[in-house]
Amino acid sequence: MEVVVQVIISSLSLGSFYALGALGIGLLFGVLRLINFAHGDFITVGGFSLIVPATAVVAVPLILDFHPVALIICVVGVVVVWALASYFLLFRHIQTAPPAVLMIASVALSFSIQNLIIMIYSGRPKAVGLWPELTGVIPLSDKVQVPILQLVIVAVTWILLILLTIFLRRTPIGVEMRAAAEDFRMARMLGVNATRVIALAFVISGALAGIMALMYHTQTGILSFRGGVFLMLYAFIATVIGGMGSLIGAVVGGYVVGIFSTVLIAILPEGMRGFRDAFVFGLVVVILLARPQGLVPTRAFKERV
Amino acid sequence: MIDATTPLMQRIRHFWPVVNLCIGLLVITAIVVALDDRILARTLTEGLIRVVIVVALYMFIGNSGIMSFGHIGFMMIGAYATGWQTCCPYTREMFMPGLPGYLLDNSHHFVLAIFLAGLLSAFVALIAGIALMRLSGIAASIGTFAFLMIIYSVYLRWSTWTSGASSVIGLPQTTTPWVAYCYAVVTIFAAFFYSRSKFGLALRASRDDEVAAKAAGVNVIGQRLLAFVISAFFCGMAGGLFGHFLGMLTVDTFFLNLTLITLAMLVIGGMQSLSGAVVGVVVLTVVIDLLKNLESGMFGKDGFVLPTSSTWVVVGVVMMLIIIFRRSGITRNAELYWPFKSDITAEGALRRQS
Repeated sequence: MEVVVQVIISSLSLGSFYALGALGIGLLFGVLRLINFAHGDFITVGGFSLIVPATAVVAVPLILDFHPVALIICVVGVVVVWALASYFLLFRHIQTAPPAVLMIASVALSFSIQNLIIMIYSGRPKAVGLWPELTGVIPLSDKVQVPILQLVIVAVTWILLILLTIFLRRTPIGVEMRAAAEDFRMARMLGVNATRVIALAFVISGALAGIMALMYHTQTGILSFRGGVFLMLYAFIATVIGGMGSLIGAVVGGYVVGIFSTVLIAILPEGMRGFRDAFVFGLVVVILLARPQGLVPTRAFKERV
Repeated sequence: MIDATTPLMQRIRHFWPVVNLCIGLLVITAIVVALDDRILARTLTEGLIRVVIVVALYMFIGNSGIMSFGHIGFMMIGAYATGWQTCCPYTREMFMPGLPGYLLDNSHHFVLAIFLAGLLSAFVALIAGIALMRLSGIAASIGTFAFLMIIYSVYLRWSTWTSGASSVIGLPQTTTPWVAYCYAVVTIFAAFFYSRSKFGLALRASRDDEVAAKAAGVNVIGQRLLAFVISAFFCGMAGGLFGHFLGMLTVDTFFLNLTLITLAMLVIGGMQSLSGAVVGVVVLTVVIDLLKNLESGMFGKDGFVLPTSSTWVVVGVVMMLIIIFRRSGITRNAELYWPFKSDITAEGALRRQS
């Protein structure tokens, strides 16, 4: 019983985390048909913005010492600036290209950002103590303990989801964005300003990455130039499983991946646990074959003839 | 002007791009070998192995139009498969205790080992391709990416056969510049004959217009599968060559970085031409080598020194610039130019269509 409760709580928190990442990727896929491999690197950039740029081994805090509110605003601001810059300098010029070209451009961007970080901060991982008060645990009973951070992650995810839903349903620009995600060409013909909608999608995606950066680095306490990459890969799987371009699908996919990988760890025999990633990526291939439109289909994923 | 309509000239013209590419590489190899500089020779060998990889990538990506992120996985399969046959006869049981008895006790000559490794890669490609090639467009790219991740995580954990996260040391370093050159030439010719064959033509038809190609009776899935298997075979051999070049195998060698670098070479050269693949490798290898030398301070201690890793930043940025400003690459997706007067009859044009 204790094990079941523990598994449920960790899979919910992991799932929330992947759902946030999947939303960041899914938003951009919806309006631009871009699979943004650099999303994970935006998370990494958010983490590194906490410290003074230097190759020294010991990290000197920069934003890290700020008041929490100022800290959140600064980190999110930095990541949003990166996301916007990547749009205006790179993706804006190739937005009519086939999705494969966009994908490979984002891979190149991701590779450049990683190496830029090595160039500025050196390749060694660095320790940061971000909000250590969140790393404690709350005992539910004698045997079940819930890490505070996992609860925070679930709560933050749901607050963000509700805010995002209100934004997309109730504000004019939010409606425009949904229209663009549904049928981009038609939306433009009906007077949707493409640049504004796409730029806004990058802002939201960047903001989500910034918040993820804070939660992720609170959890790990380590800055590494590859920090965000595997996070991005899992979030990316979540968007594929949920249905590319569908925002509800992204959330569903996030939870499916979170639950699937936590449960796999719990049920796989000792010797097989290492192969978890292989199973999760195998799930992607199975989903692509059996249900290529994902669990929650949209029109965006169909190839245009 | 030379009369280009004689049978001999037509034959020469048919093989013009591929012969020139091979002669170009031959000249570079001969010069570097004659200079007898160990470091330069290593750069050259690595470049020639990359020619094998990128030309193999071209066979699939260039002809099918599907971006593949999974081919480095085939390199991993090929590299470890040659390692099982040639590596370190005395310590093999220590590194890879799970191998079956025959492999533990016997070693093959590296040419045979590399060939068998290529066959294994091709076999895996056949199995994976039956599933993956049913997908098209971006879904296929995602599928190949998932394939790379699966191969990576399996090889990382399968420690009784692959030594897992630690490395396998002691492969004989048999990949000299000339060995690598031979493999590069074989691969270039294979790619040339494949893309001029009816299979290559059918696959390119499906690349340019999938619906029309299907309507004209092209079995799109079958053609893609064929290209996938052939290119996996050469990628597997490239993996074996690379293993015998480095003398050691680690799982991380065959992962995202190598994927990006080889794709960058293909994109920068021009994805849809064989000449583009080779030119991309040559150009980028020279650029990378130059920048690496600058990073390690080629002008002495006080001279101009680039910060660590700036080479890769430059490679990434150049790739983005090429994608923005010249998506068809340096060669504009064309093969090498025929400098003589052309045969302008319709029959001649038909014969030389690429």
